[in-house]
Amino acid sequence: MDLENQQRIKDLADKHGAENLVVILGGAEAEASGLACETVTNGDPTFAGPLAGVPLGLACYHVVEPEIKAEIDDQVYDDQISMMEMVLDVDAIIEEVKTYREKYSEYK
Amino acid sequence: MLEGKKIAILGDRDGIPGPAIEECIETTGADEVVFTTTECFV
Repeated sequence: MDLENQQRIKDLADKHGAENLVVILGGAEAEASGLACETVTNGDPTFAGPLAGVPLGLACYHVVEPEIKAEIDDQVYDDQISMMEMVLDVDAIIEEVKTYREKYSEYK
Repeated sequence: MLEGKKIAILGDRDGIPGPAIEECIETTGADEVVFTTTECFV
């Protein structure tokens, strides 16, 4: 996750309260999505950015996860996401993001 | 679950871009989208 975005997330968690902030991912790959989820929950695993050693514990989901999909208007989801959903390895993405969320998120 | 929450969106140019996710989140009970970006890993 790029360093500038790490700083933005850190600032937003400070401003709004970690319990009020939810991060929604749109990553194309399971590994990168999992890494982003790990970064906003347990801190930057590469120890390169502003979130190194900062476990924010944020709620973090990928947009294709059932919990999020269920809250989105069906027609809008179809228009905006469905096409990409067909080419992504959705099961792997869900599994990876869920693993980190369940391990490190304080506000699921 | 998103009811009343502030949302930060980390989209992906090769996956789901930030603005597409934002359109979706605007149809939920979330309070406000406070940040949207589209990362590029190339």
